Amino acid sequence: MNTGKKYLSKLEKSLDEGKFAITCEIGPPKGADQEEIREAAEYLKGIADGINVTDLQSSVMRLGSLATCTLLKQWGYEPVFQMTTRDRNRLALQSDLISAYTMGIRNVLAITGDYTTVGDHPQAEPVYDLDSVQLLWTMKTLEEGKDLSGNDLTAAPKFFKGAVVNPGADTEAAYELQIIKMKKKIEQGAQFFQTQAIFDAEVFKRFMDRLEKEKIDVPVLAGVILLKSKGMANYMNKFVPGVFVPGPLIEKMDTTGDKVATCIEIASGLINEVKPYCSGTHIQALGWEKHIPAVFANIK
Amino acid sequence: MILTEFKPIEEILERLKEEKVVFIMGCGGCPEGANTGGMEVLNDMKTKLEENGIKVSGVIEIDFLCQKALIRSRLKPRKQEIEAADSVLVFSCGLGVQASSAVIDKVCHPALNTITFGGITGMWQGTERCDTCGNCILDLTGGICPYTACPKKLENGPCAGQGNDMCETDPQRDCGWVLIYKSLKRLGQLDRLMQFIPPRDYRKILPSSELRKTRLWALDEEEAE
Repeated sequence: MNTGKKYLSKLEKSLDEGKFAITCEIGPPKGADQEEIREAAEYLKGIADGINVTDLQSSVMRLGSLATCTLLKQWGYEPVFQMTTRDRNRLALQSDLISAYTMGIRNVLAITGDYTTVGDHPQAEPVYDLDSVQLLWTMKTLEEGKDLSGNDLTAAPKFFKGAVVNPGADTEAAYELQIIKMKKKIEQGAQFFQTQAIFDAEVFKRFMDRLEKEKIDVPVLAGVILLKSKGMANYMNKFVPGVFVPGPLIEKMDTTGDKVATCIEIASGLINEVKPYCSGTHIQALGWEKHIPAVFANIK
Repeated sequence: MILTEFKPIEEILERLKEEKVVFIMGCGGCPEGANTGGMEVLNDMKTKLEENGIKVSGVIEIDFLCQKALIRSRLKPRKQEIEAADSVLVFSCGLGVQASSAVIDKVCHPALNTITFGGITGMWQGTERCDTCGNCILDLTGGICPYTACPKKLENGPCAGQGNDMCETDPQRDCGWVLIYKSLKRLGQLDRLMQFIPPRDYRKILPSSELRKTRLWALDEEEAE
């Protein structure tokens, strides 16, 4: 049915119409080669509502999210511009937001970003002039035709604004803080959320139950990472806070004769399990974009 | 000497708007030298608060508010006055507000902004750290400074990087926002976490040229006329 409503993006439209939305994350290469991005994007054609581009993920210097999103847009894809507050102060953040809008980018995901010391330039100054809540507030302010100092803009940009939440926070304090911060993000204009990667559907369901109790009614995309190996699972359990791969899944990856098939089976199974409870999924393929079509071939 | 300046009275009244009774506490150390402390200043604030309908349950000056053991012992005989108050208004640098918050089960509102440490970190070397940001919000964060307790200086809640309540930058370091959460929970003030804190004004870090012309800034500078 055509309600005549105008949408900023396909992603907004899918979520508003209650379709199960799919975003896939790609990480730009370390260098000026565009082919890798083009190839990854081609695998996602016809599957993803949005291609979500990381912003110097894990604090590793590489091709930027804004440039990559612009390329994707030019090639006919719909990008989701991830923006961390780690590397730019409020002048650069506002300017890049306006730049993104002028390049046709509408979906923006506001995140804080990993600390500088985890990456490949640990000597760098961590900026964090704004936090992720303030970045959402900044977008809202720009949309009202003003910059953060109250100066008028010649024309106001408009964004479909996203944010991140972690359903797997491991302590009472960390969990409650996630809920509080999620509410603050919504108050400052967040229109959709993607979650930290989940492997345990029960943990995700409990989180969604909590949101229902809190009367939080914003679309949530369940975060899913393609689990490539036992080693990757152990690494994430050890080093990636808020991510927990249950033992049986690790066992499965360890004993399988076909890692790719098992990986696809796990991801599809997880998405099928959480599908009734959320608005969509956000997939991190980590280089295995070519297997994404197979993952979604199994989605009921 | 640690340099502090008065917060505008409007800002103090705004932060005290939920309070009916307030206990006033001043540091007898640096603020005395910076003209932001002393009994006269504290009593003057008492009058101002009373004029604005806020009762004052007591006034005390303690040397020094950066030492938690000293605050504890000096406040022992004043327990009733503290208990009668909804909150405490503290005239000290950020270290004093943090140390006071750590030992008093009430919200401690900063009455001053800390501008510069002038090379030293408190008369008493404690665990508290102040960023001399000139924009003190310690009463909104349970007396834990988000600028020094969180490496990302986040103002509206934690990142998702903590594991087992420790910081993503160092597993030996407490997550500052978990400390803030626990402190506000202890005070029954978790709702304060819902308040949106706008980005800080970095201009306030720079001491004004008027201040830099005075003896407060450097003893060997001529006092401006």
